[in-house]
Amino acid sequence: MSEVVVSFENVTKTFPGMESPALDAVSGEFRTGLITGLAGPDGAGKTTLLRLVAGLMEPDSGTVRTLGFDPFADSAAIRGDVGYMPQKFGLYEDLSVQENLNLHADLRHVIGEARRESFERLLEFTDLKAFTDRLAGKLSGGMKQKLGLACALLGEPKLLLLDEPGVGVDPISRRELWRMVEDLVDRGIAVVWSTAYLDEAELCGTTLVLNEGTKLFSGTPAEISDPLKGRCFHLRQPGEGKRRLLTDALLRPEVTDGTIQGHNLRLTFRPSTKPFEPDEIGAGSEANWSPVKPRFEDAFIDMLGGGPPGESPLTARTEAIPLDGKTVIEARGLTKKFGNFTATDHVDFDVKRGEIFGLLGPNGAGKSTTFKMMCGLLVPTEGTATVVGLDLRHSASQARQRLGYMAQKFSLYGNLTVVQNLVFFAGIYGLHGKRQRERIEDMTEIFHLEPFLITPTESLSLGYKQRLALACSLMHGPDILFLDEPTSGVDPVTRREFWTHINGLVERGVTIMVTTHFMDEAEYCDRIGLVFRGQLIANGTPDELKQSVADDSNPDPTMEDAFVSLVTRREEAATET
Amino acid sequence: MSFFLRIRSLVIKELQSLFGDPSSRALLIMPVILQTILFPWAATMEVKNASMAIYNRDLGVASTELVQRFTSGAAFTDIVVVHSEAEMADAIETRRAMLAISIPDDFSQKLAIGETSPIQVLLDGRRSNGAQIAFGYLQEILEIYLKDRAESAGHHLPSELVVRHWFNKNLDYQHFILPNLVAIITTIGSLVLTALSVAREREQGTFDQLMVSPLNPEMVMIGKAVPAMIVAFFQATIILCAAVFLYHVPFRGSLFLLYTGMFFYSLSLVGIGLLISSLSSTQQQAFLGAFSFMMPAIMLSGFAAPVENMPYWLQVATWPNPIRHFVEIVKGVFLKDAPPDRVIALLFPLVVISIFTLGSAAIMFRRKTT
Repeated sequence: MSEVVVSFENVTKTFPGMESPALDAVSGEFRTGLITGLAGPDGAGKTTLLRLVAGLMEPDSGTVRTLGFDPFADSAAIRGDVGYMPQKFGLYEDLSVQENLNLHADLRHVIGEARRESFERLLEFTDLKAFTDRLAGKLSGGMKQKLGLACALLGEPKLLLLDEPGVGVDPISRRELWRMVEDLVDRGIAVVWSTAYLDEAELCGTTLVLNEGTKLFSGTPAEISDPLKGRCFHLRQPGEGKRRLLTDALLRPEVTDGTIQGHNLRLTFRPSTKPFEPDEIGAGSEANWSPVKPRFEDAFIDMLGGGPPGESPLTARTEAIPLDGKTVIEARGLTKKFGNFTATDHVDFDVKRGEIFGLLGPNGAGKSTTFKMMCGLLVPTEGTATVVGLDLRHSASQARQRLGYMAQKFSLYGNLTVVQNLVFFAGIYGLHGKRQRERIEDMTEIFHLEPFLITPTESLSLGYKQRLALACSLMHGPDILFLDEPTSGVDPVTRREFWTHINGLVERGVTIMVTTHFMDEAEYCDRIGLVFRGQLIANGTPDELKQSVADDSNPDPTMEDAFVSLVTRREEAATET
Repeated sequence: MSFFLRIRSLVIKELQSLFGDPSSRALLIMPVILQTILFPWAATMEVKNASMAIYNRDLGVASTELVQRFTSGAAFTDIVVVHSEAEMADAIETRRAMLAISIPDDFSQKLAIGETSPIQVLLDGRRSNGAQIAFGYLQEILEIYLKDRAESAGHHLPSELVVRHWFNKNLDYQHFILPNLVAIITTIGSLVLTALSVAREREQGTFDQLMVSPLNPEMVMIGKAVPAMIVAFFQATIILCAAVFLYHVPFRGSLFLLYTGMFFYSLSLVGIGLLISSLSSTQQQAFLGAFSFMMPAIMLSGFAAPVENMPYWLQVATWPNPIRHFVEIVKGVFLKDAPPDRVIALLFPLVVISIFTLGSAAIMFRRKTT
């Protein structure tokens, strides 16, 4: 009953100026009756594949058939039947919801009675009826995606290509969006949902996993994680020093991958090996193993040959900072208004020395605004932000000398080479001569930058850009590190490696403040602040937050479950009062 | 010490990103070379190859001689002989002639009996500048003709004009344009460079990175200003060398004074560039900002039309325009060896403009970045 609508064979596409192809001999098919997940980190080739299927580009070699046609040669034949929602939705931010719909209806030639009917149906479907006059630019991330979806659905397509619809959408809207798409699948539309979040791919009916232009796997999520069955365990109640324990566990030959999940360690073992005795790595006496269901991400890492080694060379080269138990970062009633929009609304938190504090929330929730006020890049409308007791906006440069900052999207000088970037950042932090050379040598070695030293930074892969950005921010040995979305878009292995470095730094007493929209990544933090629509709705350890929403129906909630419940609870409370 | 080392890091970074990239390197050098080659030839105001239509209704000796003087001189290379008023009008309309003269049929007769006779001259107003200059040549020829006539009749004209062009003996237009180019090309380089560089860093997000570092806004500004000034000096030196060695424009003044002027000039430009930069958040805004300043500033600098020809209020209004003062300095030092006190008087406005623009840029930076 499910029908193949798109098939592609040995499709290869290389863009000029790129060393390796964006897609390398990828084959597969998209069917009706289920959501096909197209999963992989940034730069894996997801968008390229979607654009080839939509007929927006021609493959260098290989064949694509979309709805029975060659999509590039017969683009006119498929145009009416393919709905494509690009990553940065094709919405005009200065037009209202209705005007956007009108425009797309005009473009797709939906007229007369059919037009009125589709508007009615789509506005109903997307729940946007009350907002037809609002400018698209003023909608929340979730509403924008819904409007994008409505526009893509005009003209009743048979195939719907969604390029990363989950980006910038809070977990609640994401679940809504997901339900809407499932509804479309039931009506016989073939849907492709591309995503960089592996937990999202896990929900799809079938998944095509791409990495660096090649196909890693295709099949149902169950099939993908099958080989991991019986190999994933939680080490519960490991006792003090979970980061040290993780490092030691990862050094053992039978362990292929490991992460911190709240108070627990999550480890993946080699096939046909058994978990070791917890006390062998010095875990507490109450520590015990409990098998867990393998996740998509575990399988992804396994396919790539396991996670990175557990010991960060950074630890040995970082000077230990004595833990004095002092509060080093503090926000009091922090508020920022842009016109009549409140980006951050009376936020309070403090971070002690040697802690990892995470601000968790969807894009647009106000994380970055809060973060920038903490670093002194934005002036708070109200309230105070202090770091080691100083307001960074007015503080002398000596105070800023103690900070490391890694900006969103790894802001480096793209046209400078890797070594020029390193020298520059060393220079502005006052490292010169022999000390500068030593530090640059250290960083080159730790982050494996040696082969790229004279490569222009802009042509590095995302993973290496991230490594270089971290290297630049650590050059001067800061004791407080600000990280803004440090892992967005990079592949899970590089993310693991990144957290290994961070854990190594924290062991030496460095204080970390990090923002992230990866729910699972928050598990690495000692404490998390949940940010939603500018407000800090909860603040606590990952386990506390998860426990606070556990009930009989869901005894072991995920971070995302916790987020959704906490937001819902809060909104219910707001409507009652 | 540390202060200078940090600034050095900023300057090196800036120069590396300017000259490290082949396309931006070409963008800094190619326009200078092209303009130095093209402008002195293209943007000339001399009238060579002037054309003239003659409608001579008189067949007398006097008119024939006059016509001969017109046709034999070097000023008019293209003579169109017409035979009616309509043809004369047509010659101007079709641009076959820049100006036309009509000699009445009693011209020789009147002159012979000692009366004066009018000559009608028509000028093509569409080419007003060229026609004016050609008219000047015509008057000159006429004057010599009258003088010669008077002398042959034994009279002397009561007085005679003897013209000498100082500082540019042969009225060579290249002597005028090249010193101007030193000012104009330097403007584009340093202004656009500073205006765009901060906006680019804002777009890339690297500006935040600088702001959380121990650098303060003033250091970042110096780090942006120095490379732009280096580029300005570099470009100006290319044109200076081309003017002296390639076009043989005599350099009469002091090189030291010229470079002192250039220092303050580029400082004031960098101030304007940084001010534009501090006000704009994208490269596009910065680019538009730089151009909306540059176009009127160049037009009102005395390069295209002399400042003295402007209405008084406009002359006053051009005072904050740094290009105006530097154009005067370059021409002064270059062509007539302007004395130090004259140059210092011209430097004063540049210093005031620099202080004002750099000061406001610093304030804007602090406000916008903190």
